[in-house]
Amino acid sequence: MATLVLTAPQDMLARTAAELISKHGGVDRQRKLRDDGDELAYSPEVWAEMADLGWLGIPFAESHGGLGMGMAETVLITEAMGRGLAPEPFVSAVVFGGGLIADAGTAEQRAAWLPQLIDGEKRLAPALLEAGSRYGLDRVETRAQSNGGGWSLSGEKVQVVGGVGADGFLIAARTEGGLTLFLVPAAADGLEVVAQKRVDSRNSAIVRLNGVQVGAGDVLGDVGGGLEPLGRVVDRATVAVCGEMLGVMTEAFERTIDYLKSRSQFGVLIGTFQALKHRAAKMFIEIELCRSTVMAAARALDAGDSDAELQVSNAKARCSDALILVTNEALQMHGGIGMTDEHDIGLFMKRARALEFAFGDAAFHRQRFARLRGF
Amino acid sequence: MSDLTAFREEARAWVEGNAPEFLRGKASDPNAWAAGGRKASFIYPESRDWLLAAADRGFSVPTWPEQYGGAALSRDEALVLQEEFARLALPMPLTGFGYSMIGPTLLDHGTEAQKAEHLPKIARGEIRWCQGYSEPNAGSDLASLATSAVRDGDFYVINGQKIWTSGADQADWIFMLVRTNPDVKKQRGITFILVDMESPGVEVRPIRLISGASPFCETFFHNVRAPVHQVISEVNSGWTVAKALLGHERTSIGGMGRGGARTSLPDLARDYVGVDDAGRIDDPALRERVTQCEMDAMSYGLTVKRHGDGLEAGHKPGPESSMFKYYGTELNMRREELMLSIRGPQALGWEGEGFEPEELNQTRTWLRSRANSIEGGTSEIQLNIIAKRVLGLPD
Ligand SMILES: Cc1cc2nc3c(=O)[nH]c(=O)nc-3n(C[C@H](O)[C@H](O)[C@H](O)COP(=O)(O)OP(=O)(O)OC[C@H]3O[C@@H](n4cnc5c(N)ncnc54)[C@H](O)[C@@H]3O)c2cc1C
Repeated sequence: MATLVLTAPQDMLARTAAELISKHGGVDRQRKLRDDGDELAYSPEVWAEMADLGWLGIPFAESHGGLGMGMAETVLITEAMGRGLAPEPFVSAVVFGGGLIADAGTAEQRAAWLPQLIDGEKRLAPALLEAGSRYGLDRVETRAQSNGGGWSLSGEKVQVVGGVGADGFLIAARTEGGLTLFLVPAAADGLEVVAQKRVDSRNSAIVRLNGVQVGAGDVLGDVGGGLEPLGRVVDRATVAVCGEMLGVMTEAFERTIDYLKSRSQFGVLIGTFQALKHRAAKMFIEIELCRSTVMAAARALDAGDSDAELQVSNAKARCSDALILVTNEALQMHGGIGMTDEHDIGLFMKRARALEFAFGDAAFHRQRFARLRGF
Repeated sequence: MSDLTAFREEARAWVEGNAPEFLRGKASDPNAWAAGGRKASFIYPESRDWLLAAADRGFSVPTWPEQYGGAALSRDEALVLQEEFARLALPMPLTGFGYSMIGPTLLDHGTEAQKAEHLPKIARGEIRWCQGYSEPNAGSDLASLATSAVRDGDFYVINGQKIWTSGADQADWIFMLVRTNPDVKKQRGITFILVDMESPGVEVRPIRLISGASPFCETFFHNVRAPVHQVISEVNSGWTVAKALLGHERTSIGGMGRGGARTSLPDLARDYVGVDDAGRIDDPALRERVTQCEMDAMSYGLTVKRHGDGLEAGHKPGPESSMFKYYGTELNMRREELMLSIRGPQALGWEGEGFEPEELNQTRTWLRSRANSIEGGTSEIQLNIIAKRVLGLPD
């Protein structure tokens, strides 16, 4: 198994990422975007800077125009983003969307999308979820009917992260024999994008497909064979989300520890109370465990280890439980002020829930772990 | 990488050639563990052969330098060796406080003469050690200990009482904390000293544990004379050595959380509970608990590995031994409880007919495991240490 320490370049990358996020205002930026009701719900200038630094190309092979790094580096970016609650759709557009094209696309499809995606000029939004999907990748009602050499797509996708303003969508639709992936330009006739408001105020959309006509060349991968690449790339996106979760929990925890050292009651700092100390110490341990699982899962995917799926589910289950624990405790330990909209801790809690439910919650991944282990 | 592969081949060949047939598969049988010593009683004679074979190759204390009886293995090589033991479910050739506590402490804090005197005897299982820290009125508040040592020429004269001294009745030597200065801040007047248990004035009275077996003891000292050269580090700076040793102790106790070569929980559950048509453990609630326990063990193992990798890469060791002690023991205790739930009423045996040997074993290991969160510093104390030293929370 790979070594679980950061190399010097990885350490550097993590620092640079943290600097970029805080330079642009950290959590204040997320708050302002929310308060302004900004339609895009993220900052194009931050996205552009991420592109300039090459980060949008991190998970892609050099032959695809990327930096040829892996998940080990990707999670460093998402962790920094999580710390500052950065709302840019990095996981959805790059790791998931771009990842699908790199994994399942033809040479033409890659050439048409990846360079511009990596440059930050075009954005993809994978449209996976439907109202009844929960976490099953194959729980898809959207249909694709073949007609005259092409396909006609009908259905409704929800909570498409980064969907507002996206240039293209990756749609999973039911075809005879299975699930098929389609690459659909946002401008396609019959495709309607409606902004959706979620508790985390992130860019999210409903995508309605009313008989959208696409060509045979817009199929991504094999007809009826969409589930396999989808599963592979979702595992990568899941670990990227785990990195983000690690960032969110670490920041919420550190802010809480600072609060325990600054707030006084009964004439002493509340951090002197053992009832709080012990809970803080347990959270610290949980976060340490999460960090190990995220690093291990990222490296297992990069190495193509046979236990990679197991590591992914282990990380996602652990991070989901720990993130909810930490953000709930963070709010509790802040007392009344934590319940106010003015205080930031609530923003962490809201983001936490969205991340918990991304690509399967803890219970889902425990079940998957047990299934993979055969018991 | 290729070095490790070569080492694995070498280790595997050695293990295949030297591990007694009888001990293969006995990793979780406490009767197979050997702590050595002058009074050593090997329940299985094969344990003695295994210990001696390992000692000849330096594999009883694999990471120690060769001159002290080790094989000078790197941490990675030692892990490979452990994996090779685990592959055949072999018990460790040598266990005990010499191997896990005083040995590593002497390597860091002993003089050349002290190392040369004590380490090779530990490595060969000739001398067994016990730990004289706790006293009736000094448990969690260890630094308040009162057993006194007064200098008399080239000797210290020791008077007082220790308690909960595991294996004192079996041990040949004791490493202990004594008060050499009662007039300073309590941590500043403590000395760490090694004492031969055969010295006149040492008296040991066993106490029974709830598990029935493996007694720990009250240990009394009446004018016991210990040579000054058995003091580790400086007089009155024993607290630093004591804490370093506790670090080793906690890491070693916490190691139980990793599961290793012991009983597979899913297999046990399949056996006792049965499987449904889909091959799943036929009790969804139990299956969920097994899953959680397996995932916790995996995450914990990764964390131990990550910290080890960090040390290897030159990171400074911190107070993580408290984290490992806390989590590893709590996890092991949960695992024991879960094994009881899995075996159900068959886990209630004490002795005699109607129960399989491993079921009788289970009852005892479960009861013994309740001490895991007490010995070596309680769970509450570990959380206190993390809150203070890692998180910097105020007193
Ligand atoms: C099986 C076994 C083997 C042992 N072997 C040895 C040995 O070989 N050598 C040796 O020296 N000792 C040994 N010990 C002793 C062990 O280290 C002590 O039992 C332990 O340190 C706790 O001390 P105590 O028993 O006096 O409990 P106490 O200190 O009296 O603790 C009682 C309870 O109070 C809690 N508590 C105490 N202080 C605090 C605090 N500040 N904050 C919150 N909670 C607190 C404790 O966590 C515990 O729950 C052994 C113990 C056991 C059970």
